[in-house]
Amino acid sequence: MGQQIFLSGVLMQTAWLYISLFLIIGIIVPVVPLLLSWLLAPKKPNPVKQSTYECGIETVGDSWVQFKAQYYIFALVFLIFDVETVFLFPWALAMDKLPLFVVLEGILFILILVAGLVYVWRKGMLEWV
Amino acid sequence: MSIPLSWFLILSAALFSIGFFGVLARKNAIAILLGIELMLNAVNINLVAFWRYLDPAKMAGQVFAIIVFAVAAAEVAVGLALIVSVYRRRQTVVADEVDLMKW
Amino acid sequence: MTPDQIIFILTAALIISSALMVVTTRNLIHAALWLVAALFGVAILYAVLNAGFFVVVQVVVYIGAIAILFIFAVMLTRREMRDRGPQLRKNWWLAALLGMLAFSGLAFLLINQADINRSAAVIPAGLDTLGALGAALVSPDLYLLPFEVASILLLAALIGAVYLAATRK
Repeated sequence: MGQQIFLSGVLMQTAWLYISLFLIIGIIVPVVPLLLSWLLAPKKPNPVKQSTYECGIETVGDSWVQFKAQYYIFALVFLIFDVETVFLFPWALAMDKLPLFVVLEGILFILILVAGLVYVWRKGMLEWV
Repeated sequence: MSIPLSWFLILSAALFSIGFFGVLARKNAIAILLGIELMLNAVNINLVAFWRYLDPAKMAGQVFAIIVFAVAAAEVAVGLALIVSVYRRRQTVVADEVDLMKW
Repeated sequence: MTPDQIIFILTAALIISSALMVVTTRNLIHAALWLVAALFGVAILYAVLNAGFFVVVQVVVYIGAIAILFIFAVMLTRREMRDRGPQLRKNWWLAALLGMLAFSGLAFLLINQADINRSAAVIPAGLDTLGALGAALVSPDLYLLPFEVASILLLAALIGAVYLAATRK
């Protein structure tokens, strides 16, 4: 507690300091073990050790293969609805302070995008093949 | 905050020019879109910086920046889908080789 | 130099160097990953500008969705993903010249602008930025129309992109 007051009062008046502290700690925590194991571990490579581990089964072929277009469709739909949340989040915060038609505007916004979801669904793009 | 407005503007001008170079110099259509992303980000830095430095009580800068996010998402979605579609038909992503409509 | 300025300069160095890697690196997957680094730098700038919502949006939308979509597209358009040969056009020097010209022109205009070194405005005490943003987005005399049009834009983009990317049987 005393340290918190010291941090916010003396060094910088913003909460962003905490975020940068978290960022630095978040970088140190994974990097230090990797560095330590790189420094301390004995290095005696052999072909079996260096082969790719794939659930214990021997790997077949090259790993640089083209993958299915279906995954791309999911990423695409995700992107569009991700941007929708960006609009809806400030709207949801402002909603209770504003008149009723504001709620209706937001619902209209959602309905327009639901039409897109229905289209994608009807085309069968959300099926996992 | 003790950073002059000009720092943000110069940085975003530099970022915009780098993106511009990418758009002009790259062969691969996906790399051209990457350059466009850099340019859009430069614009967004400007918009948010103007919001912060001129009048934070007016939300114009932030609203514009959000619209830019939506436009960037739409542009990436359609642009990459076009590239994937062209790749399926013509087996290329090099912008110069897609010349079916060139006179 | 204040801590703010040091943070800005470090972030600017990160953004500019990763942006240069985006436009020059040969491997497209690496270019997309450098784009993530540049976008992350821009998120830090939003934090410096007290725009917390934009930090989140930048990470969630740009890094979380747009950059991933780029990586997916690169993987889809490579039968064998190693990029061979030069990735820049033969007359890339002309593009570099134009880029430099654009930057010096912009910098020249900016430097000669009056009041360019102004410092940040004071954020009014108790201003709820996010609530004000929401109110501005939905009030009819401000930005209601762009708000609804953005929804139609996203709908058009969704349908168009899914139609184009779908494999027809």
